[in-house]
Amino acid sequence: MIHFENVGLRYGMGPEVLRDLTFDIPRRSFQFLTGPSGAGKSTLLRLLFLSLQPTRGLIRTFDRNIATIPREELPMLRRRIGIVFQDFRLLEHLTTYENVALPLRVRGKDELSYRADVIDLLKWVGLGERINVLPPVLSGGEKQRAAIARALIDRPELLLADEPTGNVDPPMARRLLSLFLELNRLGTAVVIATHDLSLMDQVDARRMILSQGRLDIYE
Amino acid sequence: MSEPATQPEPQERGQQKRPEMRVRPTAPIVPPSNVSGNALMCVIAIMAFLACLTYGAVSMVRATAASWQSEISREITIQIKPDDNLDMEAALAEARDLALTFAGTRDGQIVDRAATARLLEPWLGEGLDLDELPVPRLVVITIDERNPPDFVALRQALSEKIPQAFLDDHRTWVNRLVAMAETTALIGTGVLILVFSAMVLTVVFATRGALSGNRHIIEVLHFVGAEAGFVATEFQKHFLKISLKGSFAGGALAALVFAIAGYWQGRSLATPQSDQATALFGTFSVGAGGYLGIAATMIVIALLTTLTARFTVMRTIFEIDRIRSDPARTDGLPEA
Repeated sequence: MIHFENVGLRYGMGPEVLRDLTFDIPRRSFQFLTGPSGAGKSTLLRLLFLSLQPTRGLIRTFDRNIATIPREELPMLRRRIGIVFQDFRLLEHLTTYENVALPLRVRGKDELSYRADVIDLLKWVGLGERINVLPPVLSGGEKQRAAIARALIDRPELLLADEPTGNVDPPMARRLLSLFLELNRLGTAVVIATHDLSLMDQVDARRMILSQGRLDIYE
Repeated sequence: MSEPATQPEPQERGQQKRPEMRVRPTAPIVPPSNVSGNALMCVIAIMAFLACLTYGAVSMVRATAASWQSEISREITIQIKPDDNLDMEAALAEARDLALTFAGTRDGQIVDRAATARLLEPWLGEGLDLDELPVPRLVVITIDERNPPDFVALRQALSEKIPQAFLDDHRTWVNRLVAMAETTALIGTGVLILVFSAMVLTVVFATRGALSGNRHIIEVLHFVGAEAGFVATEFQKHFLKISLKGSFAGGALAALVFAIAGYWQGRSLATPQSDQATALFGTFSVGAGGYLGIAATMIVIALLTTLTARFTVMRTIFEIDRIRSDPARTDGLPEA
């Protein structure tokens, strides 16, 4: 589904942040992306999310070479990818429900067609009582769960999550992990960037370890 | 701030019954009102008021200048100086008849003795006997200002028939007035251009300023898969509402100012204040054209704001995509 070949990336004239990355993200796969702070995890996620282009190498996403995709087609490809930002990026004037429903709304779907699904998902992530609450009132963990629900709502083919359990307690982290696993069981490929070793130990999954811009993969 | 729609109910026999989940009516994607939006509306209202006021004032000044020019160039005067051998009344009639034989003249009127005396009354007082003074007499000829007579030929014919006659075609006055009217209209047009330019720049920059506070919304929409056109349309709708409210308030206020000034002038006709104001500015009525201009100004401002919003949003999305192709431009993205 995603193929990286000798990918390198540098910011301006600086040193390469990512070097010679060659790997695949197969369909329906589940993997953790880990490594020390500053190793380039978020940058790699941005490459996967099509919000950056590499300075060298080849990336194929959904069988398309991303160097040749016209910008008008990017939204259609992004709709196949769900992303959980480290800083959540919830819109503060919209309620939890409206934030989670946003991806469906921008696709032009009728609210009646998705209302029940959004509420069910919010209940599943433990925000059933917070559907009409605005983000400034939510705790860090609640914002995290709302951001995850927004990324999941349209059943993406690939889910990218940047530290999705960074602001939640261990029981909620386990619950979110089981949500990711359930999503993966239903056919979504999942990439979770995390520092949380205990989270990774709960699942026998592929580990992609970034260190000094290089990637080691442990199947 | 919204409150959770669900309220816990008392437990009955160990079971908790919950009411149906309810959500509030979906809020617009762009926040309906915030400080920058209100400030933009005020800026638009003020600029619309100033632009409409300037437009109305300039059209009023142009109309007044045109009427000055038209009134004075519509007439010429034949002046006949008294002479011992001249039968003044016969000479006046001959001069009028001669003038009317020329193409481009319409009507001739001899200023009679009583009218001449009235003309001189401010300087020579009442009870003036014109026979005692060598006062010139006048014939006023109305001409077709679009197709005036041949003044040189008329002057020549008059001097041959009546040597004491002198033709005043008001050219000196007309030329001066034309120059003044043109200068006034030019200054007015210059002021109008300046005010409209200021309005365009202010509205454009105020709109961009108001939008800059919403960049995060554009980014989020873009990243959840919204197409550029969708995002631009959402912002366009929002800014169209703001600009319509602002420009309508400003334009309506300007129209009200003209309506009140016209009403005041109509109510105070023949009073010294009104006469002075009329002499200086003409009538305060801007007419249907003026009100149409005000409406057009309002529409222009609304369109300008809307288009600026659209272009700014498209440009923001373009910049986000440019970061994609040039990783050195990572402003606006979270740290790696």
